[in-house]
Amino acid sequence: MIANEVAYNGKVEGDVIVTKADAVINWIRKHSVWPMPMGLACCAIELMASAASRYDISRFGMEVMRFSPRQSDCMIVAGTVTYKMAEVVRRIYDQMGDPKWVVAMGACASTGGMYRSYAVMQGVDNIVPVDVYVSGCPPRPEALLDAMMKLQDKIGKESSVKALTKSASAVSS
Amino acid sequence: MIDQDFIDELLVKHEYLSLVSHEDCLTLSCNRDHWLNFASYLSLEETFDLLVDLTAIDHGEDAEVRFSVVCHYYSRVHHDYIRVHVECASNENPEILSISSVYPSADWHERETFDMFGIRFTNHPNMKRILMWDEYPYFPLRKEFPLAGIDTPLPAPDVVEVTDASVEPAPMMGGPFVSSGSGPMSDSEPRAKDESWTEKSEKPV
Amino acid sequence: MSPTTTKEISIGDVAAREAAGINQMDGEDRMALNVGPSHPTTHGVLRLILELNGDLIEKCEPVLGYLHRGDEKIAENMTYNQFVPYTDRLDYLSPLANNVAYAISVEKLTGLELPERCQAIRVLVCELARISSHLLGMGVFGMDAGAWTPFMYTFTEREKLYTLFEELTGARFTTSYTRIGGVARDIPEGWLDRVSKFCDELPFATDEVEKLLTRNRIFLDRTEGIGQITKEDALAYGLTGPNLRASGIDLDLRKDKPYSGYEKYDFDVPIGTRGDCYDRYLVRIEEVRQSIRIIKQVIADFPSGAWYAEDAKKIFAPPKEKILSSMEELIQNFMIVTEGPQIPSGEVYFEAENPKGALGFYIVSKGGGVPYRMKIRAPSFCNLSILEKLVPGHQLSDITVILGSLDFVMGECDR
Repeated sequence: MIANEVAYNGKVEGDVIVTKADAVINWIRKHSVWPMPMGLACCAIELMASAASRYDISRFGMEVMRFSPRQSDCMIVAGTVTYKMAEVVRRIYDQMGDPKWVVAMGACASTGGMYRSYAVMQGVDNIVPVDVYVSGCPPRPEALLDAMMKLQDKIGKESSVKALTKSASAVSS
Repeated sequence: MIDQDFIDELLVKHEYLSLVSHEDCLTLSCNRDHWLNFASYLSLEETFDLLVDLTAIDHGEDAEVRFSVVCHYYSRVHHDYIRVHVECASNENPEILSISSVYPSADWHERETFDMFGIRFTNHPNMKRILMWDEYPYFPLRKEFPLAGIDTPLPAPDVVEVTDASVEPAPMMGGPFVSSGSGPMSDSEPRAKDESWTEKSEKPV
Repeated sequence: MSPTTTKEISIGDVAAREAAGINQMDGEDRMALNVGPSHPTTHGVLRLILELNGDLIEKCEPVLGYLHRGDEKIAENMTYNQFVPYTDRLDYLSPLANNVAYAISVEKLTGLELPERCQAIRVLVCELARISSHLLGMGVFGMDAGAWTPFMYTFTEREKLYTLFEELTGARFTTSYTRIGGVARDIPEGWLDRVSKFCDELPFATDEVEKLLTRNRIFLDRTEGIGQITKEDALAYGLTGPNLRASGIDLDLRKDKPYSGYEKYDFDVPIGTRGDCYDRYLVRIEEVRQSIRIIKQVIADFPSGAWYAEDAKKIFAPPKEKILSSMEELIQNFMIVTEGPQIPSGEVYFEAENPKGALGFYIVSKGGGVPYRMKIRAPSFCNLSILEKLVPGHQLSDITVILGSLDFVMGECDR
């Protein structure tokens, strides 16, 4: 059996599930990703399109877009990050509760894209750690959906218990 | 459309105006001491009640008069624009009267022009930057300012502390390749117009 | 707290508020509230610093520039054709209309006359862009007022439009369709039929949205009489487009200064009477119907012939199949790609009636393939400048509706 899957076989174990803590935590986390749409520019419209009728992001359990950073755990940076906006993006990232992930949607958020100019930060990874980069200017909604599934895969492979105990010991010490 | 009679009458009434050759709409050059008067004349006594645009041109560091302000008025009666050029007083600290008292829409346009060119509009109610942040030290649309930008600290010290980020010049090595369009082929071959520096090589002095 | 604030006052009733003397309160009860730049109702990255007196807004200071990307500086550093993709990203709800406005302004400098077919294509895509922009504007406006369903309906129609755009330009969203002196390619076979099919079906969707919103009591209560802009204010602050027309001023550049052959088509310009949020919504929904009318006329009499200016050898690169088969065209293409289209020196200002208002380009050329200075007159920038005057006196919850009804895009506001 793959270590990251939740093991359940009702015939053998009855109503008891035996599995790894990591697998359970990750399983819960990856199926309840609440995105925070950091809609900055053109990509935000494609982000809206992926939430709207044709692409319907709720098929993957991520339709609960929350504009409050306190309620969300995945920031989708959709659009050009300018230097003036950079501090705001970082402050909002800081306000999100752990664990949190960041998706850089589109060329601008990933690398500055076609805006090589004095006002544009050349990639949002200068200020926040990015988990998934999506190419395209703007990426199609399918690309965003794919990125979100990649993020789910990534969440599934994390060692969550270690991270939990680590942060707990950091707090106590 | 604006006809010749209208232009003649305008030039007779206001001797501080002069006609500039134009392709599309009536273009006038106005003396800077009278430009506020002319704006209120256009608004109150003529039908040019819409100030559609106000901006500036940097004629380059070597130009005799470096900065001139350009604005466009639209008349709903003539269905036409008037373009007015005004030269700014000083090349180092360019200044000109604000027309936001006559046209409230000029308020933001003037702030933007100040932000981009450093032209101060006297008597403006709120003369500060509008697009860049307040502490930004340069005027980006001046000709000597490189497209890539210049090293500057980020405005938020707390974010800088955590991320160590700052305003850095953008790498231009893959930038748009443009030809100057004149001279021998070896000089005019297309290259990044703003070829100052890249991520890997230092800025040439 | 002074006792006056505890009085119950109905929403939007300015007279009652003044009678209760709420507008003349002391400074001590005021609260500063920051809205944005990341806020669901600011449609991008607008930031408002409000001064509140209870729920009443006393002062509003908009802060812009969170999406300032330096488009004008970039334009000075590249050839005219290289800048076309950047115009997509100005008003990113109607890229096709931006492309057309930009191309026409540069063509005005060269004095180029375009063949009829090219003009008709441009009118067609401009109107499709208008529909797409207004559909989103209405859907999001409904969402701002608390109605989620119209957004879903309008987005379904927008997806159909995206399919049409993709077939025409190769991209759903950022189209970059025009070139100086023409368009990127001719329309594909059978595309016009699909457009007219779309135009036949669209009224059902807009009717549906109207059923949900136009006579909806909650929607009416939240929008009627809110955010009223007088004729004088609208002109003084340089408003254009549907926002200006909702205030009762008959200014539509498609009628007043026709470009690209708009004078050939018959359409009405909807005008509002009160200039409130509700009127702005009504004007938009009527403009969608008028756009359908224009599109039907264009399709009914679609000209044949060339779709680019064939005699403009130094401006428009020839079609691909000619480049690959003929030496002369190959050289012509090489020169245009490397040196840019050769534009004579001069200055030009051109405004097009875009979905958001008059999008203007002021271009100063000193000859050659690169502009010396390009100023983009963004309608959203001017439309937003009225906020300082408009917002004070409203309740905090009216902010969402006022911003939604102004229908702005920060991409072109900050450039």
